[in-house]
Amino acid sequence: MILIGERINGMFRDVARAIRARDPEPIRQLARLQEAAGADYLDVNVGPTAAEPVEAMQWLVRVVQEASDLPLCLDSTNYDAIAAGLELARKPAVINSVYADRPRIERAFPMARKHGAKLIGLCMDAKGIPKNSENRLALAMELVAAAAEYDFPLEDLWIDPLILPVNVAQDHGPEVLETLRQVKILSDPPPKTVIGLSNASQKCVNRSLVDRTFMAMAMCCGLDAAIVNVNDEELMATIATARIILNQDVYADSYLKVFKKRG
Amino acid sequence: MPVERIKERYPSKVGEVVLGATAAEGGTRAHRVKVGGDSTLPFLHFEGEMPNRPVIAMEVQDVVPEWNPVFTAPIRDVMGDPAAWAQKCVEEFGADLVYLKLAGADPEKQDHSPDHCAGTLRKVLEAVKVPLIVTGCGVEDKDDAVMPVIAEAGAGENLLLGTATQDHYKTLTAACMVHKHNIIALSPIDINICKQLNILISEMNLALDRIVIDPSVGALGYGIEYTYSIMERIRLGALQGDRMLSMPVLCTVGYEVGRVKEASAGADEFPSWGELADRAVLWEAMTASCFLQAGGHIFVLRHPGSVRLLRRQIDGLMAGN
Repeated sequence: MILIGERINGMFRDVARAIRARDPEPIRQLARLQEAAGADYLDVNVGPTAAEPVEAMQWLVRVVQEASDLPLCLDSTNYDAIAAGLELARKPAVINSVYADRPRIERAFPMARKHGAKLIGLCMDAKGIPKNSENRLALAMELVAAAAEYDFPLEDLWIDPLILPVNVAQDHGPEVLETLRQVKILSDPPPKTVIGLSNASQKCVNRSLVDRTFMAMAMCCGLDAAIVNVNDEELMATIATARIILNQDVYADSYLKVFKKRG
Repeated sequence: MPVERIKERYPSKVGEVVLGATAAEGGTRAHRVKVGGDSTLPFLHFEGEMPNRPVIAMEVQDVVPEWNPVFTAPIRDVMGDPAAWAQKCVEEFGADLVYLKLAGADPEKQDHSPDHCAGTLRKVLEAVKVPLIVTGCGVEDKDDAVMPVIAEAGAGENLLLGTATQDHYKTLTAACMVHKHNIIALSPIDINICKQLNILISEMNLALDRIVIDPSVGALGYGIEYTYSIMERIRLGALQGDRMLSMPVLCTVGYEVGRVKEASAGADEFPSWGELADRAVLWEAMTASCFLQAGGHIFVLRHPGSVRLLRRQIDGLMAGN
């Protein structure tokens, strides 16, 4: 399971404040905390309000790399900001994200290839997010075809079926899980799958419980990666336990303790 | 039609453990022995690296051993003198390592004192220049008294010391920490306990590259397939990146074979089994051969005949490297 720490995102007030003030210490602290908790990648998102998204991304990437050696997941709808981040990234990054839309495909795939980056492909197009799994898969297939067109390694394409909050879009839950299963038969080798977990619990009570329950169910459907709050200990314990039940790790009485130090 | 070679690519590999120390490293060994480091399943040289050859240790005891005559015949002149016995194993039989078992410390046997055991160790260290493995008598309380003294007496020699178990590992781990030795972590043919013990030892801050796994091997005909599959899973775990299963594996083949009737009952008792002299050696060699292919790194044997056979097989299997 590839875990991408979600916390360095301008949607969070403390991060937005630090970005505005160009105050590096809170960002460094979040990078260190997530690395210690067992993150494999750090998501880096300047947020919707940053005035100079390119410059903000450059600053954020520099600051994060001062505190952590982990590779980055460059998260923005602004491809100039992502391109700027890729130039500075010391390790091959993940681009977050592209969706089934020609202009975006034509920009994102060549950029990912040039930098040896992985690419998150969202199951949506200009019309939005489909209601069912069939239409999500059709869009995933468009992204798989684009990977072939640009000679992009399929295992570096990470398909995100897009979770919606369970309190407003309950009917999407089973469709997302089914999409995770079916994506694996789209190609050989198959693309990887990824979810932005905390979307499931937006504005719900018991957010952590919703997240970790969804996580276990998604893992059962073959999920490869997730953007999560790695500092949620209950969630990490659930992931470690699901790996044991799925026979992905060998059981030992202290399996929870060693999960964070894996790899 | 060309046949495509399917190759697995693993994200990780077996850890490397170094045994012994030369003068340059603060010891008195003529050379060091490295084990582990494999990046594929055993002997799949086309697929990955196997940088270090599996090695053979010969068992030496500080008492006259209660082994059957087939196993004592080659050492009859040196039994009771561990230094001379060790020397014979290295110089005459070609052992890569000496495995010194302090059986005489057992309160039910000679009840040797810790100082007496340390004296034995010093004599063996003087007699041979290969790296040493040293284990206690197996009585926990006595081993807790003996092994810290052994660790101190062997300081600088980078020994491999045994034996830690899930219920009894702290004293030996601490002794290995203080005097910079390596530890044998023994589990009862159980991969979960194997992993747990490695976690417990590493939580005391002994580095992972100072641990060697003893998965408990059985002899041919006595559930050997269970150990085979456990060793296979340990190796696959290591290759998949499970650091708590990434240690090299030691196989106490001589001890296991010494316990079974197929390697000790004479032809008078079982006429259809053939002569014991050949059968016992072959039983030890065949058992070792099986674990060689399962992924063992250090083989502890008793008979020079099976040492020869196993070495020949290692030569053959490493030829493609």
